[in-house]
Amino acid sequence: MAVLSDIRIDTVAPLPARASRGYWGSVLRRLMRDPVAMVAAGVILAIVLAAAFAPFVAPGDPYKGAMLRRLKPIGDAFYWLGSDELGRDMLTRLIYGGRLSLFMGVLPVACAFVIGSTLGVFAGYVGGWVNMVVMRVIDVFYAFPSVLLAIALSGALGAGITNAVVSLTIVFIPPITRVAESVTTQIRTRDYVEAARVSGAGAFTIIRVHVLGNVLGPIFVYATSLISVSMILASGLSFLGLGSKPPEPEWGLMLNTLRTAIYVQPAVAALPGAMIFITSISFNLLSDGLRSAMAVRA
Amino acid sequence: MSAILEASGAAPERDRGGPAQPLLSVTGLVKHFGGRRDWSGKRRGMVRAVDGVDLEIFKGETLGIVGESGCGKSTTARLVMQIIRPDRGEILFDGEAVGSPALGLQDYRRETQMVFQDSYASLNPRLTVEHTIAFGPWVHGEGRRAAVARAHDLLARVGLAPERFAARYPHELSGGQRQRVNIARALALQPRLLILDEAVSALDKSVEAQVLNLLLDLKAEFGLTYMFISHDLNVVRFMSDRVMVMYLGKAVEVGPSDVILKDPRHPYTTALLASMPSMDPDNRTEEAPLFGDPPNPIDPPPGCRFHTRCKFAAPVCSAREPGLGADLGDDLVHRVACHMADPSSGHPGAVAAMERP
Repeated sequence: MAVLSDIRIDTVAPLPARASRGYWGSVLRRLMRDPVAMVAAGVILAIVLAAAFAPFVAPGDPYKGAMLRRLKPIGDAFYWLGSDELGRDMLTRLIYGGRLSLFMGVLPVACAFVIGSTLGVFAGYVGGWVNMVVMRVIDVFYAFPSVLLAIALSGALGAGITNAVVSLTIVFIPPITRVAESVTTQIRTRDYVEAARVSGAGAFTIIRVHVLGNVLGPIFVYATSLISVSMILASGLSFLGLGSKPPEPEWGLMLNTLRTAIYVQPAVAALPGAMIFITSISFNLLSDGLRSAMAVRA
Repeated sequence: MSAILEASGAAPERDRGGPAQPLLSVTGLVKHFGGRRDWSGKRRGMVRAVDGVDLEIFKGETLGIVGESGCGKSTTARLVMQIIRPDRGEILFDGEAVGSPALGLQDYRRETQMVFQDSYASLNPRLTVEHTIAFGPWVHGEGRRAAVARAHDLLARVGLAPERFAARYPHELSGGQRQRVNIARALALQPRLLILDEAVSALDKSVEAQVLNLLLDLKAEFGLTYMFISHDLNVVRFMSDRVMVMYLGKAVEVGPSDVILKDPRHPYTTALLASMPSMDPDNRTEEAPLFGDPPNPIDPPPGCRFHTRCKFAAPVCSAREPGLGADLGDDLVHRVACHMADPSSGHPGAVAAMERP
């Protein structure tokens, strides 16, 4: 006979003892459900893979031209995407050009992300006059339009890819620092940071354990949105002759050399620009998706 | 549980001054915020958040601090916790000045911990519960694994089964559960003094009662001393041995909680008690016991700070500021900062007040 006390009633069904999905796990899951972001990620992945495996993917040699077959239109039997002013295969050059263009888009932003986050988190966490000094110096750089600053720095340093990367890095440090500083300033006054201080933790431990995890996400999203700007600026520098040099395939430089053919083959001349556009808008859409995936509480 | 049992066994050895010495003794605590220096170098327009507070907390007791919002309760807690630096004043912990060579800030933080009001904001959203609790011991040099083991012990002790809750994130917990985690985090360093800054105010009533009972159990088990800050007089009555009433950055009345809550001597305390809704419909509050808002703490009224809202205000009240007077003759020290309690003040109500039974 069942005694009443033997019957156990669970009013609340106990949750299974699962390990919680971490914050980044749930962000990734939400990002996967965003069709626009996934298409953008797919486009970027395709471009990256094509650039990485260019010798296997590209139909021809990016440097070998044929003077007899210059400026063929798109849809040519031999040159699927036409040929440029020196008779080189556009498809091949666009695929190879992705290497340098992506490199110029990502590397300066990555460098600026590291330097700018460090500066901004430091200034934001310490506050006071340290913050004042760091941020006012940053503001001086911020006051210049980014295109002008990039051109001025590249011009001063001299043409070349390395100098272009350096000057673009300097261009992107101020905006990233400002974002890092403002996010950190918000986090710094949260109760959990105070509680960590009350625990007796030092500034570096608190920054590492409690601040970075909450700050790097927003900074990262902002930085990804700068990749497209960086690509466009790098193309601009190449266009002006301050970045890569011919015959190197690079989208900005190709745009420059093809501009003489704009009345002859406008569609072909616009192709490098289209690539820049597609890549940068994909980065921006992915960054937007990442932002909204991270906006909801973990 | 081994770590905890060890801790409670070790607690008496940390006692330096014996039971008669207050665990915490604060004198002349002052904190003014903001303000600008004018041409003569004088600060103007500053908020006198805490303006000369003395308090003592004896070992093993609970001191309740009550007052309206903005009276300086939380600032006092943050000053005692050394989250913000006092402008003036001395804090002695078990006879040693905080920050002195005998008791550095790092050591003091093992002895005193704090539970914040906002249970969500005080937990890092990116850390699991066990890592949040283990952070303190880890900072103080405990191994990662030992710190997490201690976190599990503490979770069990505050009523959260570690196997279910240890790996969760704060957003996966209810308000009461989060506040339990905050309590466990505060206890992880085995403090002797726990400051509870409106720790249950944001919880709903049934959860609040559970957490209060938990706090009482923990106090008995670990031999803790509480500084319990609240605006809810019922909760303070339930928790506290002694009560300090604050008004505009000053203590106006201090004494044993049953005495103060039954026989308040300061008109402000009387008004606070009268503002508590009564359960008896015949005893309903007919008129507002207090009118108006508290005066601006940037420019507090001269003399007694309460005289602008006090029914018994006399000329002397705006002329001279009453100090916390001598003991009014109860078992524990009951002191009040009111001219009516001082026969020599010249307040017309002073004599009448003295003749009270």
